[in-house]
Amino acid sequence: MIGRGRSLLWAAFAVAALLAMSGPSFAVKPDEMLSDPALEARAQAISKDIRCVVCQTENIDESDADIAHDLRVIVREQLKAGATDDQVRQFLVARYGDFVLLKPPFKAKTFLIWTGPFLLLFAAGAGVFLYYRRTAATRHEAVPLNAAEEARLQRFLKDHDADNVAGTGDPS
Amino acid sequence: MRRLLFLLPLIVLAALAALFIFGLNPSRDPKAIDSPLIGKPVAAFTAPALAGDQPGIADSDLLTGAYKGQVVAINFFASWCVPCRAEHPLLKQLSAESGIPVIGIAWKDKKDATQAFLGELGNPYARIGTDENGRIGIVGFGITGVPETFIIDKQGIIRQRVPGPLSDDLIESQLLPLIKDLQK
Repeated sequence: MIGRGRSLLWAAFAVAALLAMSGPSFAVKPDEMLSDPALEARAQAISKDIRCVVCQTENIDESDADIAHDLRVIVREQLKAGATDDQVRQFLVARYGDFVLLKPPFKAKTFLIWTGPFLLLFAAGAGVFLYYRRTAATRHEAVPLNAAEEARLQRFLKDHDADNVAGTGDPS
Repeated sequence: MRRLLFLLPLIVLAALAALFIFGLNPSRDPKAIDSPLIGKPVAAFTAPALAGDQPGIADSDLLTGAYKGQVVAINFFASWCVPCRAEHPLLKQLSAESGIPVIGIAWKDKKDATQAFLGELGNPYARIGTDENGRIGIVGFGITGVPETFIIDKQGIIRQRVPGPLSDDLIESQLLPLIKDLQK
């Protein structure tokens, strides 16, 4: 039994190690890469934020789609020709719109995308704050018992204890 | 004020309902993306001819050459593209009913494959250019695949982009009225 537990443990280790070693797979093919490592690094950084226009939820750096390949090559050609990162992005935006950027720019049309979560959080926070403030304002201070009430309470407690001692009453 | 608070769930429900009606509307295509090229002049391009004895097509043909001052349609297609096959008869219909020349650009296609495709299905195009590495389509017109169709006005401005195959309904309800309007 011990041996079996051990081998299971080892198997789990092996799976974990394999998972750790296998990073994300990249669709960039070796023949697409630029020989200049600095340019290639820039190309990959740009590609990660460019949406594959047919697969839509993937960036072109990871997509295997044909058009993603074309766009990767175009990004590299532009960089080689001396374009800045921004110029490359603008080149693609001019053809495919802001949609091609996985991080949409902040403008009137995208205002809600960027601020929506914070607005919701703020609204919820304001709601909770107002709720607590109102309940705090309406909460009554504890008023001490008057003499008659106090006497009634003591009488009640005494009866209750007597019941319990006698063991006849309900313990609650 | 407190009374109004009881309406809040109802308001939220109404807002969600509006969102769902918008989202589930079958005629809304969530994949449709507005092209930023609409309203822009057609890019400079030169699409070589399919065969030696025919002319190709270039932006100069639209601006100063054979199609100067005419409304034209440019259709990107390929022999390997299945929806293009389905769209094929509609291209003839488009040019017949609107009277405008439909120009074809064979996108990422081998010339002999394009010729075999047209030999089999017929040639609906007034002119055919070739775009073997796909750059005219991508860099010039921002296409995401084939088929895609563009309507270019008399001044060479892109007025409409149809990603995907044309349909009878689309031609009748959108393209023909637009073309008529542009021809005025």
